[in-house]
Amino acid sequence: MSDRAALAEDLLMEAVIGLEVHVELATQSKMFCGCRNEFGAPPNTHVCPVCLGLPGSLPVINRRAVEFLCKTGLALGCDIAAFSKFDRKNYFYPDMPKNYQISQYDMPLTTGGGVRLPSGRLIRLTRIHLEEDTGKNVHAGASIARSNYTLVDYNRAGVPLMEIVSEPDLRSPEEAEAYLNELKTVLSYIGVSDVKMHEGSLRCDANVSVRPAGSSELGTKAEIKNLNSFRFVGRAIAYEIARMRECLRAGERIVQETRGWDETRGETHSMRSKELAHDYRYFPDPDLVPLTLPREELDQWRAQLPELPAAKRARYVSDMGLTEYDAALLTEARPTAEFFEAVASASGAPKEAANWIVGDVRRSLQKHDLELSASPIRPEQLASLIRLVKSGAVSGKAAKEVCEIVVAEGRDPQAIIDERGLAQTSDEEAIAAFVSDAIAANPDSVAAYATGKQKAFEFLVGQVMRASRGKANVDIARKLLKDRLG
Amino acid sequence: MITGHGLRDAVLRRERSAEQIAREALARIEVAEPSLRAFITLTPDVAIARARAVDAAVARGENPGLLAGVPVAVKDLFCTKGVRTTCGSKILEQFSPPYSAAVVEKLEAQGAVIVGKTNMDEFAMGSSCENSAFFPTRNPWDARRVPGGSSGGSASIVGARGVPLAIGTDTGGSIREPASFCNVVGVKPTYGRVSRYGMIAFASSLDQAGPLAADVRDAADALEAIAGYDPMDSTSVNVPVPHYADQLRTDLAGVRVGIVSEFERSLESDAPMSALYRAAYAQLESLGARLLDVSLPHAKFGLATYYLIAPAECSSNLARYDGVRYGLRVADGGDVFTMFERTRAAGFGPEVKRRIILGTYALSSGYYDAYYVRAQKIRTLMKRDFDIAFAACDIIACPAVSCPPFELGAKSDPVAMYLMDYFTIPMSLAGLPALSVPAGYVNDLPVGLQIVAPAFEEGRMLGAAFAYEQATRHAWAKTPPVAAAYAQRESGRNA
Repeated sequence: MSDRAALAEDLLMEAVIGLEVHVELATQSKMFCGCRNEFGAPPNTHVCPVCLGLPGSLPVINRRAVEFLCKTGLALGCDIAAFSKFDRKNYFYPDMPKNYQISQYDMPLTTGGGVRLPSGRLIRLTRIHLEEDTGKNVHAGASIARSNYTLVDYNRAGVPLMEIVSEPDLRSPEEAEAYLNELKTVLSYIGVSDVKMHEGSLRCDANVSVRPAGSSELGTKAEIKNLNSFRFVGRAIAYEIARMRECLRAGERIVQETRGWDETRGETHSMRSKELAHDYRYFPDPDLVPLTLPREELDQWRAQLPELPAAKRARYVSDMGLTEYDAALLTEARPTAEFFEAVASASGAPKEAANWIVGDVRRSLQKHDLELSASPIRPEQLASLIRLVKSGAVSGKAAKEVCEIVVAEGRDPQAIIDERGLAQTSDEEAIAAFVSDAIAANPDSVAAYATGKQKAFEFLVGQVMRASRGKANVDIARKLLKDRLG
Repeated sequence: MITGHGLRDAVLRRERSAEQIAREALARIEVAEPSLRAFITLTPDVAIARARAVDAAVARGENPGLLAGVPVAVKDLFCTKGVRTTCGSKILEQFSPPYSAAVVEKLEAQGAVIVGKTNMDEFAMGSSCENSAFFPTRNPWDARRVPGGSSGGSASIVGARGVPLAIGTDTGGSIREPASFCNVVGVKPTYGRVSRYGMIAFASSLDQAGPLAADVRDAADALEAIAGYDPMDSTSVNVPVPHYADQLRTDLAGVRVGIVSEFERSLESDAPMSALYRAAYAQLESLGARLLDVSLPHAKFGLATYYLIAPAECSSNLARYDGVRYGLRVADGGDVFTMFERTRAAGFGPEVKRRIILGTYALSSGYYDAYYVRAQKIRTLMKRDFDIAFAACDIIACPAVSCPPFELGAKSDPVAMYLMDYFTIPMSLAGLPALSVPAGYVNDLPVGLQIVAPAFEEGRMLGAAFAYEQATRHAWAKTPPVAAAYAQRESGRNA
C-alpha cells in the first residue's frame, strides 16, 4: 500500500480515547487515618497502625477528602450522590498494606458532569470516586519479577486519591492533553490538589481504541498504564493509535489488553501477565458506614467555589475587552488571574493591566526566574505604575525599567522614579527652552529638515531629549519642534 | 464465689490491696493452668505493676474506677501494646502490637488488672477452642471436655474461678456458647455498642467484644466499662452508656418474655435439655414475667447466611497476613507471590483456610449476587423477624446451646461444629444484644439460658438475667473440681 493510500485510510479511522485520571488530594491527613499527607518525607515516617493495615486497626473517613472531591464534582457540573459507600477491592500486592484497597465500586460520590475544552467541546465525565493510594514499591531490579528484593515505602499508602473517569469522548492525543490541562487548571483553582505530575499527585491511564470514522460503535480498547507526564500521555496515545491502525491495516485483530508505556523506547508493550488477571471481589467495606451528604453541606461547599477559569475567560473578553489570547494566558493559574483582577480594578485600566502582565511583568519574572506568587510585586504597585504612565509622569520606556525593579524588589514605582530621576516633564516652557537651544545649535539640521528630510527632524528631537536628560515628554517636544520649524 | 464487684468494693474500702488480689489470682491461675491451659500468654509483671498503681491511686484518695483492682483475662485477639497478641494463630505467633485496643485501654482506665491473654480458636473461628494453633483449652467442669469457643480460654478461666472477669468476642456465638459451657455469664452487646478498634477482625459486620463474668453484676460493670462511642471505629454508635448496675432488678413483674417457637421445636427430641429450658422459663414466669410465643421464621436460614457473610468478610480481613510487614514470613525462594502463598500456607490452620476459601468463592464474580447479596437480604429479613417479635415482647428467652459441653474431638465434622451456633447466630446477624446466664446442669454439666433484647437495651437484658440469677443461683450450686485444688494449696500453705 502506498503512503498516500495508508494516509487516506488513516483519515477514515477515528481514534476514541477515554482517560482515567488519579488525583492525590491535598488534604492535611490521609484518607482513613491521621497520618500526614506529605510528599517526599523519609520512607515509612508517615505511617500508623491504620495505614500499615496492622491487625485490629480500622479506617475513619476523612471528611475533608470528601469535601474536596465534592467541590471538584460541583466545579465540573457533576451530580453529587446524597448517599454513597465504600467498597473493598481485593487483590494481593506488597504495596497494599491490607491486600485490599478501599475504593468505591457501584456508588461513586459523583456521576455525570464534564470538562469544557478551550475549543468549546464538552468532554463528559462518567464518575468521580474516592479511594486510598497504595504505598510505593522500590525494586532492586527493573521490575518486581526481576529483583532480588523490593523495598516498600508506605508514606503514600492511604493518601486520598480521587479517580476522575471520562467518557470515551476524546478524539486525538492533542485533545487528551487539552483535557488534562483544563482539568489540572480547574483542580488547582479550587485548591484540592497540587496537581504535580512529577510527584505523582496526578496520574493517568488512557483507554484507546480506533474505529471507522462516523461509526458509533466502540472498537476493542487497550488500557495504557503508567502515564506520568502530560507529554507521555500525548505520545503514548499517538503511538497506540498508530499501532492499532497498523494492526488493522495488516488485517490483524486488536486484543483487549493492558499496555504499559515505556518512555525510553517511546512505545507501549503488552502487560498480559498473571498479576493482572484479577477478580477484585468487590464488596461493601463493613468497617465503614455509608456516606450521606446533607444538602446544606453541599450548598455551603458550592458557595465556597471560586470563579472558574472558563467563566473568568468569558468575563475578561466580554466585560473587559481583552483578547481571547490574553484572557487564556491570564487564567492559566489562579494567582495570575487574581493578580490581574486586582491590578485592573486598582488602575481602572484592564487592557493596560493585561498588557503589562502578559508582557513586561512576565518578561521580568522570567529574567529573574520567579513565579508571580514568589515575586514581591503587589497589584497596587503595578496599578500605580499604569496610572503614572497614563498621566505622563513617566515615559513608557522608563516605565519598563521601573517595572523590572518592582518585580524584583516590590518597591513603590514613584520612589524608584524619584530615586533614579526617571520622572517625565511636561512643562512646555522648560521644553521650549531646550527646543530653542537645539535649533540654535544645529542650523544644518534645521536646513535639511526644510528640504524635507524627516531624519533631520528626528535628530533634533533626540537633541532635545538629550538636553533634558530624557525627562522631556517626547510628544510635547515633537509638537513644539514642529510648531517652531513650521 | 469470688466476684469482681466484691473485690472492687474491698479495694475501695481499703480492706484488701489490689496487689494482694492480683497475686492470689495469679496463684490460682498457676494451679489451674496445667489442666486448663486457658492462657497463651501470662503477664504477671504487668499485672502486679498495674495493681500497685491502683493501690497508689486508692491511697491518694482517688477512685480508680468500676473495675478497681479486678483481675481480668483478655482474649488474645485484643491488641496489647508491647504484649504478644497471637489471635490463636501461627501467623501472628510473634506479633507484638505497637498499640492497645480501645477495650484494653477502657479496662485499664477503670482500674482493671490484666493478668494475661487467653486461648481461642484461631482468628475466632470455632466453637470449641480446639482450633487454637497452639493447644486446646479444657473445660473447668470436666477436663475431658471443651470449654466452647472461640472465647474458650476466657470462659474457662472464669468458670474455673481463677479470675472473676474475662473479655471475649462474639461473632456468631463465641461468647455465649463458651459461657454456657463453662457456667459463667457471657454478654454479646449490640453491634456498635463496644469499639472494635484494636480487636483483630474475623467478620467485621458481626464481631463484638463483651464480658465473660462470674455473675450478672460483674458483667454489667464490665460492659459499662468497655461500652461507648469511639471515633476510631466508624461502626460504633453514639448512644449514651447507662450505669447498668442501676437496671438490675429482682423481679420480672410486667415483663413480657418471648419464647421462640422454632427453637423449642428443634429441642423437643432432647428431653433433658428441653426440660432444663422449660424449667428456666417457668422460673421467669414465677418471677412475674408473662410468657408468650414469638416466631423467628428466618432463623432456620441463620447458619447458611452466617457461613456466607462471615467467611466473605474474613477472606478479605485476613488478606493482610502476607509476611510483608509483620508476623510469620516464609521466604525460601521464589518471588513475592510465592512468599505470600508459603507464608499463608504455613501460617493458617485448616479451619481458617476453609473459611477463606469459602468466602473467596462467595465473593467471586458470577457468584457474588447469588451468595453474598442474597445472604445480606436474608439478614435483613432476620432483623425484621426480631422487630416483629419485639413488638410483642420485651425480651426473648431461649436456649444458648443445644447441648452441654462435649468431649474433645467429638465434633470432627466441621458442619457438626457449625451447628453449635444454631441458637446464637440469628441475634448476631441482627446485631442484637444477647447473653447467656447459667441455667442449671445436664448430667452435671453446665447449660446457659440465652436472653435477647432489642438493640441498645442491654440494661433490660441484664436486669432480667439478674432477677433469674438471684432466684436460681445455679452457678453457686456447684464448685468446679479445679477450685478444690485452690483450697488444697491454700491449706497446704497454711499448714
